Amino acid sequence: MAHVTAAPALRLDGVAYAYPGGRQVLYGVDLEVTPGERVAILGPNGAGKTTLMLHLNGVLRPGAGTVEVAGLPVIEANLREVRRRVGIVFQDPDDQLFMTTVRDDVAFGPANLGLTGEALVARVERSLDAVGMAHVADSPPHHLSGGEARRVALATVLAMEPDVLVLDEPSSHLDPLARSELAAVLQGLDATLVVVTHDLPYALQLCPRSVLLDGGVVVADGPTGELLADTDLLRAHRLELPYGFDPRTLNPRTASTPASPSSAGERR
Amino acid sequence: MGAGHLVPLTVPGPSPVHAAPPQVKVAAALLFVVAVVCTPRQAVWAFGVHAALLAAVAVLARVPARALLPRLVIEVPFLAFALFLPFIARGERVEVLGLVSVSVDGSWAAWNILVKGLLGLTASLLLVATTSADDLLRGLEKLGVPSVITAIAGSMLRYLGVIDGQMRRMQVARISRGHDPRWFWQARAVASTIGALFVRTFERGERVHLAMVSRGYTGSMPTIRPLPPATAAGWAAALAVPAIASLAAASAAAGWPT
Repeated sequence: MAHVTAAPALRLDGVAYAYPGGRQVLYGVDLEVTPGERVAILGPNGAGKTTLMLHLNGVLRPGAGTVEVAGLPVIEANLREVRRRVGIVFQDPDDQLFMTTVRDDVAFGPANLGLTGEALVARVERSLDAVGMAHVADSPPHHLSGGEARRVALATVLAMEPDVLVLDEPSSHLDPLARSELAAVLQGLDATLVVVTHDLPYALQLCPRSVLLDGGVVVADGPTGELLADTDLLRAHRLELPYGFDPRTLNPRTASTPASPSSAGERR
Repeated sequence: MGAGHLVPLTVPGPSPVHAAPPQVKVAAALLFVVAVVCTPRQAVWAFGVHAALLAAVAVLARVPARALLPRLVIEVPFLAFALFLPFIARGERVEVLGLVSVSVDGSWAAWNILVKGLLGLTASLLLVATTSADDLLRGLEKLGVPSVITAIAGSMLRYLGVIDGQMRRMQVARISRGHDPRWFWQARAVASTIGALFVRTFERGERVHLAMVSRGYTGSMPTIRPLPPATAAGWAAALAVPAIASLAAASAAAGWPT
C-alpha cells in the first residue's frame, strides 16, 4: 500500500488557519511524516488537533502555508487523488456510517473512486475481513455495538486503500476490550498512521513517535515514551498520564500487548 | 449508539413476492392504489375485487394477518373523522334501526374514506412487508427517482434511530434534573429540547457531509449495487394485480354491471 517514494507521506509547512468568522486555530504548523511511520498527534481540547486533521485531506485549506501528500500539493486539482491517499476515520461512527447497510457504506468510498462490479465487491469483502467484521456486512449500522461500529468505520476508509490513515480519537467511548481489539487491527496495517488523540496510553501503544500540539503550534516532537515521561511538559499543556501510570516505567515494547487477532472477529 | 426502537415493517420470508424485483413491486403497488382511488364509491363489488387481490398477494407472500392488522391502526384517526360524516353531512337522510337519522351522502362519503384508506394502506403495508427499506429505495431509483432524493430518504431512515436515541437521552437527562412536564407552562423546557435537537441534527448533518467528502463524495451518489433488470414475465405477473383492479374500477365507472 505505502508507495516507496522519496517524498514524505505528509509534509506541512507553516500551516495557519482561521475559521470564517475570525477565530484563528493554527498558527504555523510544521510537520513531516515519512511513509510507514506511526505518529500520534497529542494535545489538550481546543489545541487545534481536529482542525489540523481536516487539512490532511483538503477538507480545510490553509490560510497560509502548504500541505503536501506524498509530494502532491493539496490543491483543488489534486483533491480526488489526495482523498484517495489520505483516509480519515472520524470520531463518531454515526457520522461516518450513513448508508442503510454496512456493505453499502464500505462500498461508498471505492465506488466514488470509480470501482464497480466484481472489483468493488472484492474490495468491500477484503476491508471488512481486515477489521474482522465480515459477518455484519448486511446489518444496518445502527445495530452494531460501539466497538463494532468503530471497526466498520475503519473498514469504510480502508476500502479506499489509503497510503495514510488518519484516526480522530479512535479509542473514545470504547470499552477496554474493544479498545485493544481496535489496537490489534491498527497494528496489523501497513499504511502510514496518524492518530489524533488525548488518550496517552493508546498513543504509546500504537505510535513510536508523538507530536504535541498546543495553541495551534507544534510544541514537542519526539519518541512517545520520552514525551510522556516529561511530566512538566505534559502539565504545561494540560495533559496528564492516567492515574496509576508511572512515567519512569514507560516502555513502548512492554506497553503494547495486542489482543489476539482471533478475538477481533467475535461479536459481543 | 443503537436505536432499535423503530419497529421494522418488513416481514422476512422466502416467497415469490419477496423475491420479485423491487421496482416491479413499487410500480404495481402504486398503480393498484391509483385504481382503488378511481373506483366509484357505490361499486361495492369492485372493492371486493380489490380486497380479494390483496388477500391473494398476502397469501402468496405468506404475510400473516396478525402482522398486518396492528399496523392498520394508523388509519384510526382518519376513521374517527369519517365516522362523523353520516351525522353532520347534509342532504337526504334515512333512519337506521329506527334510532338515528343519518345522511345518505355522508354515509357514502364515510364508506369512501374507510374502504379506500384501508385498501391503500394494506397495499402499502404488503409492499413494505415484502421489500426491505433499502430495496424499496433502489426500486424507486430504478423507476427514475433521482438518486439524490433516494439518498436523502436513505439517510433519513438511517438517522431516524440516531436522532430518536439522542432525543431520549436528552429527555432522560431533563427528567433526572427534576423536570416533570405536567403543566402547559412547563412546555418551555420541552421546546428548548426540540430546539437543541434541531441544532444538533443540523451539526450532525455537517459532520456526515464532511465524512462523505473525505471519502471522495463530489455531489452524486455512486451506483453501488445495480439492481438486475426485471424480466418481462416478472413485470407481467406483478402488473396483473393493478391490471385486474383497474379493470374492475373501469367497469364500475362505466356503469357495469348495474
